[in-house]
Amino acid sequence: MISRRDFLQVSMAASALYGASGFGNWAKLAAQQALTQDQLLEFDTFGNVSLIHVTDIHAQLKPIYFREPEINIGVGPNKGEVPHVTGADFRKLYGIDDGSPSHYALTYNDFSALAKEYGRVGGLDRVATVVKAIRAARPDALLLDGGDTWHGSYTCYHTNGQDMVNVMNALKPDAMTFHWEFTLGQDRVRELVEGLPFDALGQNIFDATWDEPAQEFKPYEFYERGGVKIAVIGQAFPYMPIANPGWMFPDYSFGIRDEHMQQMVDEVRAEGAELVVCLSHNGFDVDKKMASVVSGIDVILSGHTHDALPEPVLVGDTIIIASGSNGKFVSRVDLDVRDGQMMGFRHKLIPIFSDVIEPDAEMAALIDEQRAPYQAELDEVIGQTDTLLYRRGNFNGSWDDLICDALLSERDAEIAMSPGVRWGPSLIPGDNITREDIWNVTSMTYGKAYRSEMTGEFIKVILEDVGDNIFNPDPYYQQGGDMVRIGGMGYSIDVSKPQGERISDMTLLSTGEPIDPARSYVVAGWASVNENTEGPQIWDVVESHIRKKGTVSLEPNTSVKVSGV
Amino acid sequence: MDFTRRETLVIGGATAVAVALPMQAMASAVDDAINAFTGGAAVGDSGVTLDAPEIAENGNTVPIEVSAEGATAIMVLAAGNPTPGVATFNFGPLAGSQTAKTRIRLAGTQDVIAVAKMADGSFAKSQKNVKVTIGGCGG
Repeated sequence: MISRRDFLQVSMAASALYGASGFGNWAKLAAQQALTQDQLLEFDTFGNVSLIHVTDIHAQLKPIYFREPEINIGVGPNKGEVPHVTGADFRKLYGIDDGSPSHYALTYNDFSALAKEYGRVGGLDRVATVVKAIRAARPDALLLDGGDTWHGSYTCYHTNGQDMVNVMNALKPDAMTFHWEFTLGQDRVRELVEGLPFDALGQNIFDATWDEPAQEFKPYEFYERGGVKIAVIGQAFPYMPIANPGWMFPDYSFGIRDEHMQQMVDEVRAEGAELVVCLSHNGFDVDKKMASVVSGIDVILSGHTHDALPEPVLVGDTIIIASGSNGKFVSRVDLDVRDGQMMGFRHKLIPIFSDVIEPDAEMAALIDEQRAPYQAELDEVIGQTDTLLYRRGNFNGSWDDLICDALLSERDAEIAMSPGVRWGPSLIPGDNITREDIWNVTSMTYGKAYRSEMTGEFIKVILEDVGDNIFNPDPYYQQGGDMVRIGGMGYSIDVSKPQGERISDMTLLSTGEPIDPARSYVVAGWASVNENTEGPQIWDVVESHIRKKGTVSLEPNTSVKVSGV
Repeated sequence: MDFTRRETLVIGGATAVAVALPMQAMASAVDDAINAFTGGAAVGDSGVTLDAPEIAENGNTVPIEVSAEGATAIMVLAAGNPTPGVATFNFGPLAGSQTAKTRIRLAGTQDVIAVAKMADGSFAKSQKNVKVTIGGCGG
């Protein structure tokens, strides 16, 4: 079944941590025999502390396919830097062989073919096996969840996050931070957080009225592990009320608040913390900048932008770990902490190959229990696909092309808009499309598909605005989403220009005519952040469209011309 | 990604303002206000702390905080508003700290500027770009 190479395992001696000029020459385990669970989990326990990081699971309880992005452009200081390296360049950077499991797990090329060879990834029953194996080696390992856990599936929507809370409680994390959880509404978030048997952290979750730290979320917590006093500081997604509907959680304010972060680091150090870990939902580039601004953080466990990196990135004395999304990876970080200092680390990004890692029976049963009441609805086959369906990429993905097609035809619109979210698993050619698959890429609490009129000028304002949220050269002004996906209209974008000058050549594809700034166009879209949006739910729109099509077959999308890279 | 007519008008209005007032006009209104405050004296760039969000959660009410140890007054300007002047905070000799916190309205993405007058008659400035965005596509 699975053959070829093994995975990167990273370790550094204490002397190499400080003053290290770069990464990239670490030895790779080369195993010629069939890939086994033991190989995926192989790790020489190191030092005295182990951290386990999962993040951005997006309610994916079962194994899925997940294609990593082809287009992931970095700007400003992050131009050409990881995680803005993809495909063959990524494999070259990390010494990954073509066709290897790492190729399949970490890059997009030949995805459909490799998916057939290597199978699905993720599944929280497999994640449970990995977590238990690490705990067997290090019983007091800290398990930290970076958030975006209670969002993203049919069952999560219908249980208001309860399915994920039940399953994660069984996995026994020590702490968690937040993003999409808040789209359950603040009352539900408070209800769930109150009942959690672990810590809900966020130093940047503030009371909106008084602009003071919110009482329901502690900024940090201490843990005594391996004789080391560890402080974990939470950092929730900074731009929640901007990127998501603020009216759903009006009592809260967020922001990066790096000065407050520095205060928290100083505070925990003053209280004797020997190791400071930041459990972050900032997004990778924001975390890199924060690590350069805030001093005294040893490890940032980074979430939000869904990047998976086989080696940590070092900024000053801080290591930043990126652990992917959708349950596809678990990161293990072993640390040697002595005399109040991190002396060295060993790290492994463990890919959850679902055909290789044995599911944990107890967890599998618990997951099936959550899904049982909805099984018939989940499994209903709506259509088939001849095309690889995926979402990740800065400008478009085939799932969003399909969603935009559905909006154009079902809502009788000239132009369609689909939000640039980064969650949503993939389907490979020949797959059935079930209702569950549709919900995996559309489920949200504000999914109504609106239909309205916008002038050409206003559509440009939107594209410029969203474009600046991803291509502003200062990461602190980025929100960590991708570009809004457009159906029915093409455009050119120069990512190196400032806001207002990036977008040009907007063209209505149905006529080939330039977009007239003064004319009104019928636009259909979904995921509006405005209250009282009207329209059918997006998953119903997409389901109806796929039923009519029977088999989905999409041409490559060439409607966005990118320059300035 | 949907916009009520009112929000559309607000955004349209902001665009119109930016178009109607050339940058030089905006800049000179800010320079005039600073000159009136400083009497044309040189302005340093250390000693003032301005705390404002990078991206406003709501452009109609943006929390800001200014402080400058030993200042007798701090003037706050919103450089991109139709009328840049926001407030001038005066601190008497018995003030426990020279800090002020308030919420301001921003017509669009712009620099917020704080200029402090120190007890020795010198001046210092700090500024921060605050983005006012439509939002709605973070993932």
